[in-house]
This record gives sequence, structure tokens and C-alpha cells, in this order.
Amino acid sequence: MSTTIVPGTSGTVPRESRPVPDPIPFTRILRVELRKMFDTRSGFWLMASVVLLSVIASVATVIFVDADDLTYEHFASAVGAPMSVILPMIAILAVSSEWSQRTALTTFTLVPHRGRVLAAKAVITVLIGAVSMLVAGAVGVVGNLVGTSIAGVDPSWDIGVREFAQIILANEIGMLMGLMLGIALRSSPGAIVAYFVYALVLPGASSALAGTQDWWAENGPWFDLNWATMRLFDENLTGEMWAQLGVAAVFWLAVPLLIGTRALLRSEVK
Amino acid sequence: MITVESLSKSYGGQAAVDDVSFSAAPGRVTGFLGPNGAGKSTTMRVMVGLTPPTRGDVHVLGRRFQDLPDPGREVGVLLDASAQHAGRTGREILTIAALTMGLPRSRVDEMLQRVSLTPAEAGRRVRNYSLGMRQRLGIATALLGDPQVLILDEPANGLDPAGIRWMRDLLRGFADDGGTVLLSSHLLHEIEVIADDLVVIGNGRIVAQGTKQELLASAGTLVRAADGAALAVALQAAGLIARPTADGAVLADADLTSVGTAAFAAGIPLLELRAADGARLEEMFLSLTADTQRESVQHVTEGAAA
Repeated sequence: MSTTIVPGTSGTVPRESRPVPDPIPFTRILRVELRKMFDTRSGFWLMASVVLLSVIASVATVIFVDADDLTYEHFASAVGAPMSVILPMIAILAVSSEWSQRTALTTFTLVPHRGRVLAAKAVITVLIGAVSMLVAGAVGVVGNLVGTSIAGVDPSWDIGVREFAQIILANEIGMLMGLMLGIALRSSPGAIVAYFVYALVLPGASSALAGTQDWWAENGPWFDLNWATMRLFDENLTGEMWAQLGVAAVFWLAVPLLIGTRALLRSEVK
Repeated sequence: MITVESLSKSYGGQAAVDDVSFSAAPGRVTGFLGPNGAGKSTTMRVMVGLTPPTRGDVHVLGRRFQDLPDPGREVGVLLDASAQHAGRTGREILTIAALTMGLPRSRVDEMLQRVSLTPAEAGRRVRNYSLGMRQRLGIATALLGDPQVLILDEPANGLDPAGIRWMRDLLRGFADDGGTVLLSSHLLHEIEVIADDLVVIGNGRIVAQGTKQELLASAGTLVRAADGAALAVALQAAGLIARPTADGAVLADADLTSVGTAAFAAGIPLLELRAADGARLEEMFLSLTADTQRESVQHVTEGAAA
């Protein structure tokens, strides 16, 4: 049992010393992370569904909305609804699939700085959010033009740049929530369920509370990110509303994102 | 070159790896041997920065793994061939790795050829791969960046005999070109045929290390008779150090002649008499395995007696 022998070094052939390779540039990681979002069947269809659902929503609007009432806002909200579900899913899976599919093993051995990979995923996520919203907006424009010409009325453009920018921001917040949950939970099913609790269950609870509690009805938006975000869709935010959005985002987004990231950087990848 | 210095990793007070130190030299294949759960995989995950160590350091090519500027170009790693996105094709997995390392796409085809995956196989999704094909793909990923060091965890798992032969030749060639190879296995015979140096780990501790020749060197005499216990007693009576082995033979710390003479004097007919080849390592390894195995021999006997 005590046979501990120092390994012999005879027969060692030193390999010619090679130049140390250059560090991996961030742009390369960005490119790889972007590719990884499209290169599986599920990833591809998730991205394709952004366009498909926009088209379906626009067609449905043309069919179901009274021709005389057709405005761009109808299209924007019809197209926006599926986006607010799909985009956060894209963000969640960008992170959580590394764990669910165990690709993190390869990802983090090729790039041992996990923070760089996460940063790349965050940048790509925000980028995809913006592009998706622009695509959805453009599909809505086509829908509005086609729909009103079928109805024989003049197209009405009741959404300006400011409103559209607010809508993009609201969706980006949803995506960042997804990213945060993906990072914090590192599990696809867990993060998806958590997102739906956040997006579908909590708003109901909050408005029920606001119905009975005057204080909450008054001050809720400071603490309820859903509430503060929803107003981006249909009103021009006042200074106080922006402040509420910012404060709620600290609780719901920034702090959990920081804690989750810290835990992920130190976690064991198996 | 891989250097592991006083590496420890514990989980909630339970030591998975306990003060492990060894090195893998360039130009040599180092076998990392131990039963399942001995701490091989944990040690290897620490090496490549996937698991933070409790104490100790690992240096690969003189740096901490995290400090390698483009690790794939210097160190090829295969820890778990099944840890791949089931929905990606084999070619896509190599392409992603090649993009990360900044290599041309042509390198992907070269590697596919090197590990004998046909274009049709490379175009299939990994979900439909056999374990052997996944191992080949994993080896291809590890070799992609033309590294100087290979770290492979149980790479022979799932390979057929021809595949094992192929991998043995590949790793031999890699080491002969001056590369460093560290590969783990829980099978002594698998590693015996390929490794130059051996590091044996059990219950998180190194129990032996050295060159294969040193560790497998003749360790006394192996002798066998119909009644092993009686033979051992007879040899001991003749003043030899002898003990029965698990399989009924007797291992004596003496040369062939004295063992044969002693047996003859005691009137015990021998069935086998030869120099023990690496019996020490084999036995040590078996006893290590027995310690960690759930169905230990003793357990079975107790069950039968009850």
C-alpha cells in the first residue's frame, strides 16, 4: 500500500515550445452564442415563431376587428401579446439549456471565464429582443396597410416612436426577467414555471390586493415590476412612473440577477 | 504538462478528493486509475476549472486553467461525451467549438475524418448517436484545437474493441509527438495497455503512483495448489512470507526455487508456479474496489449465513 514512487522522467520528449495563442475576443463569444440560439430545432422554431405568430396575429386582427375601428394600435397589441410570451422563453433557454442539456461542460471549458459567456448571452438576448420587436412592428405595419385597404379605409397610425420605444422596453424587461430566472435557477422547466408565476399569477394577486388595500393601490407600482412595466404599453410615463419602474426593477431584476450571477460563477458545473 | 498540488475537495465535510498531488509529463500517457467514486472525475473537473477546489492548485502548461488565453488551443478536454445538446448535429457541435477557438471550418472536416465519423453520421443529431459515436465526437472536439495536453475522463467507455484499439493508437501517437495525455479509467487492464505512468486513487487519496514498469514489476512468486490455505501454512512453516490471495492462490515474497522447494518438502502438489506479475497493484486495486463496492464478498457471505 505504501508504494509511492516518483514518476520517472526518462523517455520524455519535450514538444517544441509553441507560441501562446491570443486571448478569445468578446466578439467571437458573441458570434458563438448567437449561433447557439438558432442551431437546434427547438431554437430555430422559437425564433421562427416570432415571425410566424406576428403574421398570424396580424391576420387575425384583420379578420376579427371591425374594419372601421382598425388602427395600428390593434395590430401592435395583437402582435405584441405573443411576443411577451415568446421573448422571455428565448431568454430563459439561452441560459438554462446549458444546464438542462449539460452543454455548460463544454462551454465553460472552452471559455473558462463564465462571466464573459453570460455577458455575451445578455447582449445577444437584448439584441434579439429589439430585432424581434422591430420585425413584429413591421409585420403590424403590413397588417395595418393590408387590413385597411381591404376595408377601404385610410390607415391610422396612432402609435408614435415614443410609444413603440416604450413597448420595446417593456418586452426587454420581460426578456431580462427570463434571463435572470435562467441564471438564478439554471433549469429550463423551473425557470419557465417561475416566469409564468411572475407574469400570470402575481399580477392577479397584486390587483386583488389593490382592490382591498388602498395603500397598495397607491404605492404598488414601486414594488410591483409587472404593474410598473404594463404602463409602458398604454401611457406616456411621467417622471414618477419612471422612478417606480426603476425602483421595482432593482427589487425584481437587478438584485436577483446579481445574486444569481454570483452563485453561477462559483457553482460546480457537472 | 499537468501539475496537481495538494488538491482537496470536500462536500459538506465529506472529502471527495483528499490532498492529491501528482503530475502528468509531456511525451507520456498517464493513466488515472481508480474505482467508481474514487475522485477521478472530481479531480479532472477541478483541473479544467469547472469545480472550485477546497484547497490546492492545478497547473496546466504552467498556468491555472482559467489563465489560459484560449484553452481549446492548448488543452483538449473530454469529461462526459453525453454532455451535448441532443438537438445539435455532430458537425454543428464541432463547428461551435471551432468558432470559439477561431479555427477555420476546414478543421471540422479534418477532425471528423480523424475520428472516422462519416459525413452522414456527422449530419445526424447527437440524440441518435451511440455512446461510442459520442466518444468519437468528444475526442474530435478535444483534438480540434491541436492541443499539447489531453484530459480525458473514461474515454474508452462505450467504444467497441476496435474503437479501443484505435484510441490507444491515437493517444500513443499524440504522446510520441510530445503531447501530455491524462486519461482516467476504472479498469486496470484497459489502462495497463496504454499508460506509461500510473496514478492510482482510492477514496479520494493517491494510493500509488509511478511508471507502469515499476508498479507492475514482479512482486514475488505466485503459487497455486488445490488447498491454498494449507499451502500458505506450509510455506510460512518453511520460513517464507506468504499469504493466500482472494482467488485461492498464494503470493510469496520469495523466489521460484525456494517456494517450489518448500512446497515439495511439504508434499503439496503445485498446480501453478510463476513470477507474480503486478499482483500487488492488481490486489491493491481489487481491495480498493471491494471497499467501495456495495455488493462486497463479505456482504454476500453474511447474507447467506443469515
